[in-house]
Amino acid sequence: MRKNRGRSLFLLLCVGPAAILFFIFMILPTLNVFRMSLFQRGAYSPTETFVGLQNFRQLFADANFIRSMQNMILLVVIVTIFTFGFALIFAAILTREKIKGQNFFRVVFYIPNILSVVVIAGIFSAIYKPENGMLNSIIGLFRDMTNPILWKGESLVMVSLIMAMIWQAVGYYMVMYMASMSSVPQSLYESAGLDGAGRLTQFFQITIPLIWTNIRTTLTFFIISTINMAFLFVKAMTSGGPNGASEVALSYMYGQKDAGLYGYSMAIGVVIFLFSFALSALVNRATEREPLEF
Amino acid sequence: MKLKRALALMLAGVMVTASLAGCGGGADTGSGDTAAPETNAEETADTDASADDPYAAYAGTTISVAAIETAYGSDMWTKVCEAFTAETGIEVQLTTDKNLEDVIGPSMQGGEYPDVVHLATGREAGLTEQFIKDNLIADITDVLSMTVPGEDVKVSDKIAGGFTETSLTNPYNDGKTYLAPMFYSPCGLFYNAGLLEEKGWTVPTTWDEMWELGDKAAEEGISLFTYPTTGYFDAFFYALMYSAGGPEFFEAATHYEEGVWDTEEAKTCFDIVTKLASYTNPVTPAQANDQDFTQNQQLVLDNKAIFMPNGTWIVGEMAEAPRADGFEWGMTALPAVSEGGDQYSYTWFEQCWVPAGATNQDAAKLFISFLYSDTACQLFAEAGAVQPVLGISDTLTGDNQLFYSIYDNGAKAAMGNFAAFNAIPGIEVRKSFFDPVNSLVSGGITEQDWIDGVKAASDQMRANLK
Repeated sequence: MRKNRGRSLFLLLCVGPAAILFFIFMILPTLNVFRMSLFQRGAYSPTETFVGLQNFRQLFADANFIRSMQNMILLVVIVTIFTFGFALIFAAILTREKIKGQNFFRVVFYIPNILSVVVIAGIFSAIYKPENGMLNSIIGLFRDMTNPILWKGESLVMVSLIMAMIWQAVGYYMVMYMASMSSVPQSLYESAGLDGAGRLTQFFQITIPLIWTNIRTTLTFFIISTINMAFLFVKAMTSGGPNGASEVALSYMYGQKDAGLYGYSMAIGVVIFLFSFALSALVNRATEREPLEF
Repeated sequence: MKLKRALALMLAGVMVTASLAGCGGGADTGSGDTAAPETNAEETADTDASADDPYAAYAGTTISVAAIETAYGSDMWTKVCEAFTAETGIEVQLTTDKNLEDVIGPSMQGGEYPDVVHLATGREAGLTEQFIKDNLIADITDVLSMTVPGEDVKVSDKIAGGFTETSLTNPYNDGKTYLAPMFYSPCGLFYNAGLLEEKGWTVPTTWDEMWELGDKAAEEGISLFTYPTTGYFDAFFYALMYSAGGPEFFEAATHYEEGVWDTEEAKTCFDIVTKLASYTNPVTPAQANDQDFTQNQQLVLDNKAIFMPNGTWIVGEMAEAPRADGFEWGMTALPAVSEGGDQYSYTWFEQCWVPAGATNQDAAKLFISFLYSDTACQLFAEAGAVQPVLGISDTLTGDNQLFYSIYDNGAKAAMGNFAAFNAIPGIEVRKSFFDPVNSLVSGGITEQDWIDGVKAASDQMRANLK
């Protein structure tokens, strides 16, 4: 009993500081976001007025906010689908196939992930430049470019953002999938091969089911990181323009804070928080399977 | 077991409370510290206020000054603060940063304010606007009647006419001054004077001449116009409103008066901008963001566009950029709306203010009055920053001499801005009024869409006027 108590005390001392810090720096601020969303106040004003749910009512009548939410959802869906697809294919090729310079590709794919978003914005600014930009120069080999394609123009700006975000994220998820794929025993593939299963069948029947737990985890990552990264990309690449065409929910929230609507921007924060939470839960539930062991 | 869990919880609770109490204590001591010098100053004032040292009352006082670092650099601020200390004996704790909002913002949210803030309106983070909207700026009208330290002239006698009568310095329209005017810069259309000379084109003085030039340039594959970002349209639009309808129309429009956007003058402004949009280099909107705006400015340097709205800082900003042969900066006021009409150039200036929560407000006001002294003006001018004091244009050299003489050459000065209103979700001057120009250029909206948007936003702004 005595030994037990000593052990509990030790555990408490170990966990205590982290738990306290977590409470102060994570739980309290999050609760504060919810509280402040019910008030009308500026970021610097010492006074605040309780307005109940008025901020939320205004929010759903605000066309700019609706557009920014639509853009965010578009990014979450498209970026997730493409990044997921590319990462999975590249990971499968790099782990299962014997190709020259495997390690080289591994590093090359991962590099964008190490770069700061500001650097990426700089790179893509050169790629998307209307005149003499890399993309337009290449397309210019095949068609007349007197009217250059405006990659950051109103109609294509979201596509440009999506391409940059996929380029940035693929490497990270690829490495995650590679890690779990390489732990799938070789013998399974050998026996499947003997049974006459081709590469594709092996991929869908063996690889995917066996790394399913990993895929589920990454799907949650996708949702959360796309929402966060979208803010950074928009801030660094387009400032939400032209004319608000690339505004996403978080950048809109940030802008509203600067416009002196702290309570209102906190209400946007609450909506994003609930949205990402609900979406993650939904995806988690939808992808629930009996875990396979090997 | 249950007991143990309860005990653990209680312990954790105690630790949290203890650490929180620690935070609170820290904050208390902090404010105590800052209050101390003030008490000292008062005591000194009572005991040995001597007649020959006018600043004896401030002995031992330290003021904190926060200034934005812009193209002029931060050295000039260090020098001016040193000069102020030498003159008055008041110590200055200076903070300068390119993103000043991020440096002083958090501590101000915590209730700790610098005594003097030099930060203009119109910045993306809008910190000054937020302070105006929340009435958190101290009234500094009495600075105008103060004597400039080290001189025997009043501040109001030094500041050039008009600068302390605009909504940029008197945001509440109550005859009181809250923000001191600093570093002014005439804004107008910048162009390559070398190109115009080479082609034999003249600088247009009316918009009709402008369109003629636009057609001529288009034949040579040069666009008439570009703009760095839509943010540069504020100065442009202010000057345009003045030239279309004079000060009365400007006053009515900037106070969102009912029906003002249906007037003939407003229609003229909308028509000109819409027509200008069709003459704008088509790649402009795709680069009109904080990341790529210099590429739009580059269009002028490369002779791909003739005019762009800008301020005198452009020369320094693009100093390192490559340019066409024979490039030479030129600047003109906005063309007149009709033959013989007035040409206007907007006078952009920065602002310096005292937060209402600042502890050393009197010393802060003394500091602001010092900013107009000959010494300070000289130090600022060395870095390229021009104070709005009388007679300063005589002391300028180089490109600045040309730019600042714009008002001597017939252009009228346009000053002021859209009146402050209580924050409205989703509605801001730049977003509602000027951002749509991007869509006008790319053809996403029509002139009528733009006007409707302006009217709708304006109605809400009027309802929320301060």
